[in-house]
Amino acid sequence: MSEAGDKKTALYQEHVRLGARLIPFGGWLMPVQYAGIVQEHQAVRKDVGMFDISHMGQFVVQGAGASEWLNRMLTNNVQKLEAGTGQYTFLLNERGGIIDDLIIYRVAPDRFLLVVNASRSDEDFSWLEQHRSREVSLVNRSNDFGAVAIQGPRVQELFRALLGPGKELPARNHLVDVTIDGTPVSVARTGYTGEDGVEVFFPADRAAVFWNLALEKGAAVGLKPCGLGARDTLRLEMCYPLNGSDLSPEHNPLEAGLGFFVDLDKPEFIGRDVLSKVKAEGPGQKLAPFRMSGKGPPPRPHYSVFHNGERIGEVTSGTLSPSLNYGVGMAYLSPQHAKIGTEIEIEIRGQKFPALIEKKPLYKKP
Amino acid sequence: MNVPDDLLYTESHEWIKREGENVRVGITDHAQAELTDVVFVELPKIDRAVTAKEAIAVVESVKAASDIYAPIKGQVVDANKALEGNPALINTDPFGEGWLFVLKVENADDLKQLKDSAAYKQQIG
Repeated sequence: MSEAGDKKTALYQEHVRLGARLIPFGGWLMPVQYAGIVQEHQAVRKDVGMFDISHMGQFVVQGAGASEWLNRMLTNNVQKLEAGTGQYTFLLNERGGIIDDLIIYRVAPDRFLLVVNASRSDEDFSWLEQHRSREVSLVNRSNDFGAVAIQGPRVQELFRALLGPGKELPARNHLVDVTIDGTPVSVARTGYTGEDGVEVFFPADRAAVFWNLALEKGAAVGLKPCGLGARDTLRLEMCYPLNGSDLSPEHNPLEAGLGFFVDLDKPEFIGRDVLSKVKAEGPGQKLAPFRMSGKGPPPRPHYSVFHNGERIGEVTSGTLSPSLNYGVGMAYLSPQHAKIGTEIEIEIRGQKFPALIEKKPLYKKP
Repeated sequence: MNVPDDLLYTESHEWIKREGENVRVGITDHAQAELTDVVFVELPKIDRAVTAKEAIAVVESVKAASDIYAPIKGQVVDANKALEGNPALINTDPFGEGWLFVLKVENADDLKQLKDSAAYKQQIG
């Protein structure tokens, strides 16, 4: 099951102890589930769940010209960030293709934390290092930090217990440094599930202590450890893209429907010229969410998409949605086919099953 | 893991129960635990002629689709339609309500190729 060379996070022993099923992911050996994907998914939608995200990369950028340099590297506008806030953004190549999607926090006026995908961490770092301005320092701190995402409607209750009386979570997209039971942690109000939640960063050698404290305090609010399986179904119900599946160097953020995180008013950033042209002409393809019309087999990545007997694309992400109990997915289609309400068919083992292009998100909180 | 002594087994984790000229087939407790939550089952058509180790059914979890193989040569005479409405029966009762299909055995000697419970227990450790 595990491949030699897969790295283990600082929480590996905790996963083993909890009986997790471990799989290789982005160069790491990660829990795909503990008790089961469906019940972990429901824990996050109804109560609260905790994910090990220590595999994600963390870079620190520092120096007098840091915000100017980062604004030339990333699509969103870093200068709109006050200290203690973060934003979703893209790292593009010269063709406007997506190298990675990431969250950048302005920790202090001249100091930034970048949280990147595990599978792209090395590539991101060497790309940034190649383009680095001499005025700034860039340090890969990925091995120094552990991190968890704690997600679900009862996250505030949990943190009242963890932080003690009179202390509240930071506002959405804000990051604060606090000490929890002797462990220095950075808490960011963000997530990848569509629920209220936080991502918490701490020194790698305090990872197990924090994890177990959260499990202990979380018992009262139904906290469950959750794996990558539930993380995937949760994010797909919200139509949040996964790099490597829905995002790649062959696609740009406008095709992915994420133009909100691209500031074309900035005078310069890598990929800007291509994106300006795409914006003016309209993207040739759009990432469209769909839902299966019947209770057939769930769609999976790479299944073919048809319209009126013609092959029009392939599924990038697909699964059974535990919240909707229908198959859901996303596919890059022509703008005409990507329109809400278009009837498509997904080919599964030689048989075509009807599906409908939907509005995002596929799941809305009741 | 439950491995009943009165059943036969395949290396690909199907169980086989003799019923006169027929065999009833499902997947083992070990297999359902490995697959996790079953969310969809595709059954073989009745009357289909099948050969040993031919993929004739599909069991899908949230994460993946897995082929289920005919343990021996024969013909499909029944399939568990209850799974179409309630695929989770495979998880909750793999050796009972979660059965997949019934085959009419072409050659009873073929059953000798299958594993007994001791051999299967050894395989799954």
